[in-house]
Amino acid sequence: MASPAGPTPRPRRPWRSRLARWEAKASPYLYVSPFFLLFALVGLFPLLYTAYVSVHAWSLLGGQGDFAGLDNYRRVLEDRFFWNALRNTVSIFLLSSVPQVLLALGLAGLLDTQLRGRTLWRMSVLLPFVVAPAAVALIFGNVFGDRYGLVNSGLEAIGLDAIGWHTNTLASHVAIASMVNWRWTGYNALIFLAAMQAVPRDLYESAALDGAGKVRQFVSITLPMIRPTLLFVIITSTIGGLQIFAEPRLFDTQGLGGSDRQYQTLTMYLWELGWRVRDLGMASAVAWLLFLIIVVFAVLNLWLSQRAGSLAGRPHGRAVRRSRRDAAGEGVAS
Amino acid sequence: MNRRPGFLVYGLLTAFVLGSCAPLYWSFLVGSHSRGDLAGRVPPLLPGGHFLDNAQRAIEAVPFWKALGNSLLVSGTVATSVVFFSTLAGFAFAKLSFRGRTPLMVFVVATLAVPTQLGVIPLFIVMAKLGWVGSMWALIVPGMVTAFGVFFMRQYLVDAVPDELIEAARVDGCSMARTFLNVAVPAARPAAAILWLFTFMATWTDFFWPLIVLPASNPTVQIALQQLQSGYYVDYSLVLAGATLSTLPLLALFVLTGRQLVAGIMQGAVKG
Repeated sequence: MASPAGPTPRPRRPWRSRLARWEAKASPYLYVSPFFLLFALVGLFPLLYTAYVSVHAWSLLGGQGDFAGLDNYRRVLEDRFFWNALRNTVSIFLLSSVPQVLLALGLAGLLDTQLRGRTLWRMSVLLPFVVAPAAVALIFGNVFGDRYGLVNSGLEAIGLDAIGWHTNTLASHVAIASMVNWRWTGYNALIFLAAMQAVPRDLYESAALDGAGKVRQFVSITLPMIRPTLLFVIITSTIGGLQIFAEPRLFDTQGLGGSDRQYQTLTMYLWELGWRVRDLGMASAVAWLLFLIIVVFAVLNLWLSQRAGSLAGRPHGRAVRRSRRDAAGEGVAS
Repeated sequence: MNRRPGFLVYGLLTAFVLGSCAPLYWSFLVGSHSRGDLAGRVPPLLPGGHFLDNAQRAIEAVPFWKALGNSLLVSGTVATSVVFFSTLAGFAFAKLSFRGRTPLMVFVVATLAVPTQLGVIPLFIVMAKLGWVGSMWALIVPGMVTAFGVFFMRQYLVDAVPDELIEAARVDGCSMARTFLNVAVPAARPAAAILWLFTFMATWTDFFWPLIVLPASNPTVQIALQQLQSGYYVDYSLVLAGATLSTLPLLALFVLTGRQLVAGIMQGAVKG
């Protein structure tokens, strides 16, 4: 770049210019190929090969056996522990995603004001994100201890009965979901905050002129305007939430999801089949089923939020467009 | 509209931040009392004086220093590799025109949502064949590229590098490689730092795959942590001293780079 831009290129030997042309043509492929090669090897191939393993008898120690057709799938679908794990996973997922999105939205609304010490507040809500899920699980396992746990001691101190956080199915799901909520709410709030800040401020001004209160403004302007971000967060938390592993796995010392498997999730079930039962064929069948379940849930979520959007969003959308026009008009005036 | 917040907003935010800190404080609290202090009751709400003893016991109970070294090695290598390959590919996608660019980029975006964690079984079979089970290669190699990284760097570089700059460099006779090094790399630096941080943290906190491929004798920090909580009797002052200790490295990183982390999340495209 430092060389002068004058129009007198040094006379080059033809092979050099050919080389330069070739370099310009080949470079893009050269730059993207490491990614594609590695990704094919460690991302795509394993995912596809899982399907191959899942239709074979395949033990962890003995390796590949006979072709088994859909036998592994049949055995998984007939196993009541699979259905148990599916129920637990969905229950924990709902308990962690719904309150989390709502809380994060509220928190983002609080942060989307002219706070003093803005950066400090934003950093503070992100703090839980730096604690690894394994550590979170150990800490919450103690906080939700059945005896002498912080939560139960608190309950007893105000005259309530202690709750069997590790023995009761629903209570254990609440405890595990609270780990996820604790770690991710602030993180998602920051994503929402970024989207909220992109909403033109004059929209709020014209809404306020029309007499809309703050709550009404939040529901009618903020929510419709940040819908793409809302969808993004819901979809990513679906993909992550349905694969939950570390939190339930470390909630007790045995790591099998409780004495009665009351909090064994699908990924834990996959791990147990693969590395305890040592049946990789069956474990692969679970991996593919889990993949399908994730796809179904993601599509369902997309569809639901699209419907919710078209039911509630239409009049709002019109209001937003109108006030955007107004705002544009005002923009000229100011 | 007057958006200056009142006491209610500050009060609610303060409550939320206290809730964010409470479990960490609790962890330190339990970890700072001796086993005897805790026997059969809730610990007092002020820290005791035994944190260092308990931490020392935790360090001796598991291969702690080895775990720390392994985690630093794996997370650092993976983060650096992801940043390098993502910048390279992101630059090509953002600024170079070549046949097949659009379909290839669509492919990258499509794979963003693929839960690659579900490929663990073939990955394990391959690692076993290569003889890498139990070694750090099994953690490093599968983490070396992410579709997200490529997407992230591409989004950033599209706006950060003006096309005229690339053209000027080319007219001046820069080779592609030199254009990349002299134009793209300096421009990519802020995004690269953010990508590095998030990749480092994601790798550091990973639990599922390391649990599958690593033996108890050669763990990462997360796997060592899991070993603290084994057996029928759980010594919570030991376990939570360990949990607190294991959080310190990322906590330090957070204190140093919290601003960038917040900025990175708010730039939109950081995947959970």
